[in-house]
Amino acid sequence: MSGGVDSSTAAALLKEQGYDVIGISMKLWDYPDDANKFAGCCSLDDINDARRVADKLDIPFYVVNMEDVFSKEVVDYFVSSYLNGETPNPCLKCNQILKFQVLLKKAMELEADFLATGHYARIIHNDRYKLLKGIDNTKDQSYFLFTLTQEQMSKIMFPLGNMTKKDVRNHAKRFGLKTAEKKESQDICFVPDGQYPDFIIKRLGTFIKSGDIVDKNGNILGTHDGLYKYTIGQRKGLGIARGKPQYVIDIDIKSNMVIVGDKDEAFSIGLIAKELNWIGIEKLNEQIEVESKIRYRHKGVKSIIKPAGEGRARVEFSKPECAVTPGQAVVFYKEDEVIGGGWIEKRLS
Amino acid sequence: MKKIYLDHNATTPIHPDVYAAMLPFLKEDFGNPSSVHWAARNPRKAVDEAREQVAHLFNCDASEIIFTSCGSEGDNLAIKGIVESKKDKGNHIITTKVEHPAVLNTCKYLAKTGFDVTFLDVDSYGMIDIEELKKAITAKTILISIMYANNETGVVFPIEEIGRLAKERNIIFNTDAVQAAGKIPIDVKKLNVDIAVISGHKLYAPKGVGAAYVKRGVRLIPLIHGGHQERNRRGGTENVAGIAALGKACEIAMQDMKEESEKLTILRDRLQKGLAEKIPYTKLNGHPEKRLPNTLNMSFEFVEGESILLNLDMKGIAASSGSACTSGSLEPSHVLVAMGITHEVSHGSVRFSMGRDNTVEDIDYVIEVLPAMVERMRSMSPLYEAKTGKAANVSFSSSDCSH
Repeated sequence: MSGGVDSSTAAALLKEQGYDVIGISMKLWDYPDDANKFAGCCSLDDINDARRVADKLDIPFYVVNMEDVFSKEVVDYFVSSYLNGETPNPCLKCNQILKFQVLLKKAMELEADFLATGHYARIIHNDRYKLLKGIDNTKDQSYFLFTLTQEQMSKIMFPLGNMTKKDVRNHAKRFGLKTAEKKESQDICFVPDGQYPDFIIKRLGTFIKSGDIVDKNGNILGTHDGLYKYTIGQRKGLGIARGKPQYVIDIDIKSNMVIVGDKDEAFSIGLIAKELNWIGIEKLNEQIEVESKIRYRHKGVKSIIKPAGEGRARVEFSKPECAVTPGQAVVFYKEDEVIGGGWIEKRLS
Repeated sequence: MKKIYLDHNATTPIHPDVYAAMLPFLKEDFGNPSSVHWAARNPRKAVDEAREQVAHLFNCDASEIIFTSCGSEGDNLAIKGIVESKKDKGNHIITTKVEHPAVLNTCKYLAKTGFDVTFLDVDSYGMIDIEELKKAITAKTILISIMYANNETGVVFPIEEIGRLAKERNIIFNTDAVQAAGKIPIDVKKLNVDIAVISGHKLYAPKGVGAAYVKRGVRLIPLIHGGHQERNRRGGTENVAGIAALGKACEIAMQDMKEESEKLTILRDRLQKGLAEKIPYTKLNGHPEKRLPNTLNMSFEFVEGESILLNLDMKGIAASSGSACTSGSLEPSHVLVAMGITHEVSHGSVRFSMGRDNTVEDIDYVIEVLPAMVERMRSMSPLYEAKTGKAANVSFSSSDCSH
């Protein structure tokens, strides 16, 4: 229970359906007091909200401290990913490791039969466990769940998968939950002010060396003050004038350079994905046609995916896509079903 | 569900006689003890009586007792009050690394404001070395603050020896006696302490009341300036009901201490032995003998104390890991860390603290349910599988607990 409306309502619905429910909040990050008011989720205030909901539902409630593992698996990953010229997705890592490994284990230690969360996604079981998008298209969170294994899915429930956000808020009101009107968390929870560069510098305790911004022919167009401030597809804040809009098309960690180009150069025809996980199929034996989402809010692009050896897949888009960003995940769908996914290693131009 | 409370170092239930002693002051005897009229009479009398009862626990004079709101206030008053009044004589404070946060963080705060603080180390039993203390004393030392008994491990410090040393060197000695109160005698004359701090809710009185013994002649600057209450040393209208309760609680503690202590020792040892016999890879944290009769701190390797607590709670058993202030945000205990206990072992620690309502049946219930819990959690731990193959090489085993 994060202290938000979704997990609160999920708990309330399960309790209403007769389940024996235990509430757990993860304490992930020690927010400084002054940042508290910005915090998105899992702050002390949010944990207090979760506790009040648990009180209202009359269910046992525990706070489990996962600061160490969060710091290592999510925050360190976040920082090092930026330093490697990638654009990390800490929410994905948090789901993968904190929620569905560590928290799931805690739940099993408590002899729980299932771990339920407030994700907008559905799990069905026939020959295997299948992951489907939540029916609320605007809220679907299946993208964040592509790492789920069959074993994990056998112990997971998503009570909100069949609902819209509006339904959820209505239920929350019906249950009289104090979180019913709470606004959504948007930013990355441990950087509530959204100032990633400041956060990274503070975390590393050092400044990052500046370097050149170049075009693909190596002509120097300007200077950058740290690669980690840039992301593929970025247009704003480059500080260069070239007559037409320039986009970040690559980040070269070896030469410490940001490479920019025209809009068409920011497009890719495909990508290589690594660390694949398959959900809808056992594994990728031959090429198949899927819809690929290359970031959470991406609408999806028709693609052919092919095995590319060493746990990799080659993804070929039916039309070029802007801002294919190493560090993000690519998730493969067939209609509403998640076939699998992987981490974007490099783009194909 | 059966409910078994084994967290008396966090707080205790209110004793029925203590509860009864409070009631008049929550009803008809509502007066302000400082007033001159009839309504003040009973409250005034209750505060006076309670002061005598508390003084009896300390073996001191009633005029040497200051009522406070809690143990943390007492510790703050003792430490800040002394250094403020002695700051022209020196700026050095000596304490230990294993104090309760009320002392530790007060000293850390003072260190930031220009005081020089020595935090003494402890050995693997959680015990300080008197020689280290002697070495730490300088001409500028104005205060030694060392707890009587540790809240997490129950380890009892050599207060009498420290008191003698402080007296010889003419240094004020404060002891945080919050965990000792009601469990072991606090004879301030014998112990040579200048200040001793207790808290009501650790000895069957309610939360929100505490007391400090301050030896006659020891001057301290108040924390709360205000009215003339507590001889100008602590402003604020007296918490009459709480004070009456604390007085009663101290009286009961004095009466029952010997008998209770014997009973608690039996329960504690039964639990320790039972768990050590039935669960492999356990370790006693703290000193096997120099320990409060009611406290058992044990580590269960390869499992997290936090998980054990949650599982115990599901079975109706209340225990804790570290002090109540840190439960809920389980950082490794600063006490166990100071004892040099590894991160892994300290993470697997659970504190059982018994009290007057506990029975042999309670203890046997824990011995019955906990081994299976630990076994089940260990079966989910890859570390355990990896380690158990080399069981004979593990430096500590259950047998370490029996001495």
